Amino acid sequence: MMGWLDSLGRWFIDVLEEIGRFFNILAQTLLWSVRRPFDFAEWLRQMVRVGYDSIPVIFLTTMFTGMVLALQTYRGFERFHAEGFVGSVVALSMTRELGPVLVGLMVAGRIGSSLAAELGTMRVTEQVDALYAMATEPIHYLIVPRVGASFFMLPLLVLVGDAIGIVGGWLVAVGLFHANTVQYWHSTFQYLEVNDVTSGLIKAAFFGLILAVTGCTKGFYTSGGAEGVGRSTTNAVVMGSLSILLSDFFLTKILF
Amino acid sequence: MAVQASTTPKPIISVIGLKKSFGEKHVLRDIDLDIYPGESLVILGASGAGKSVFLKHLIGLLQPDEGNVIVEGIDITIAPASECLELRKHIGMSFQEGALFDSMNVFDNIAFPIRRHTRWSEDEVADRVHECLSLVRMEGIEDKFPAELSGGMRRRVGFARAIALKPEILLFDEPTTGLDPINTAAIARVIRHMHDQLGVTAVTITHDLNLAFGIADRLAMIRHGVIIAEGSPDEFRQNPDPYVQAFLNGEIPADEEDFV
Repeated sequence: MMGWLDSLGRWFIDVLEEIGRFFNILAQTLLWSVRRPFDFAEWLRQMVRVGYDSIPVIFLTTMFTGMVLALQTYRGFERFHAEGFVGSVVALSMTRELGPVLVGLMVAGRIGSSLAAELGTMRVTEQVDALYAMATEPIHYLIVPRVGASFFMLPLLVLVGDAIGIVGGWLVAVGLFHANTVQYWHSTFQYLEVNDVTSGLIKAAFFGLILAVTGCTKGFYTSGGAEGVGRSTTNAVVMGSLSILLSDFFLTKILF
Repeated sequence: MAVQASTTPKPIISVIGLKKSFGEKHVLRDIDLDIYPGESLVILGASGAGKSVFLKHLIGLLQPDEGNVIVEGIDITIAPASECLELRKHIGMSFQEGALFDSMNVFDNIAFPIRRHTRWSEDEVADRVHECLSLVRMEGIEDKFPAELSGGMRRRVGFARAIALKPEILLFDEPTTGLDPINTAAIARVIRHMHDQLGVTAVTITHDLNLAFGIADRLAMIRHGVIIAEGSPDEFRQNPDPYVQAFLNGEIPADEEDFV
């Protein structure tokens, strides 16, 4: 009985510690982000890594999601002769929900893991300590540009992803089901409001912040050699993805 | 100690009543140590004696549970972060495996602290990088990446990076661990050379006796988180403490027989 309580208590403390670390890194990142020197080269490098390098993955993900969405809704809406609304369904689903969440999850897998592995390796090989010893705050030099890049690039990726998804839907509707192109585009923009897109982009920025801080936190607090780096990398993806899905609900509740 | 008794200069680093525990494990129990400007101090100790933990306190990588560390007149255990950051520019530290940034080549590694903390032109940076590399006798490898270097070379590049900002204090964390005897001798010579050329205060932790006696003006020994012996190399060799003698002769100390 005591053993069971013991491990429950320990688990609870571990969870609290995780949350504490996350917010500690987040707070320090915000604090250091306004201090000089600004390492523009590093910012640019990280933005290319998060943004540009993710485009192929985002392209495939959102393209096929848009296509599947059109496929499913067309078949369903056919039953009550509402095929004309397929464009609206694809556009609204992509911009409000699927674009931000899918892009967030894909980038959490791509970047969250690589941030954790990179910082974790630097930690266990004492490169983080070396930075500190050279009078350079590791949070300032390593984490600020990585989190910043993710925060700013995610909305851009989502914007691109939204557009690709809508095109994917159009491809299926027009190519496979011979829908009328003009009618499809009309239906796409008929019910789409600016707010649908912007709220999706705001969500994306939050997801970018969450996944990068999670990855950096996991990497920064890595211990235990190569095995530890592996553990951090896995945790970064799992925790990052879960945080995105959980926070999605609350952000949606607030934003819409 | 005896060496300093005649002149009694002011210590550049004073460690007073330093205590540090990790959970139940008391790594540093009570350390008092003065380190004087320009000397080369070697801290000996078995693996797990707390040497590395001690060294990390000198640069603020670890915060003590109790006690004070005063470096160049600043108590780094209570000084504001900005002051400590400034102070760390006066301290160069070399890490066990070099801890070079593996995303950068040798040149950029050594240039890193210079570019970060000075407004020198790229030509001046390059001059300083070459100067540092020649001091550790590693000219001509600027374009190589850390992964392409041997363990001994990586450490020397680590030394070059540590001295890039012309520090007053150099800290060496186990500079020869895992190296063969010839490389160990070479590292000892490089450390001695750097110490003599730059006139810095050097603090080295190691369990390698060849290295220790090759570079030390003064030695101290840590055991179970306290300093059990210190003195000049000659004094140290004569130290009557049975543990010190066992360590110097490579024997198992009498009070550890049961654990072996």
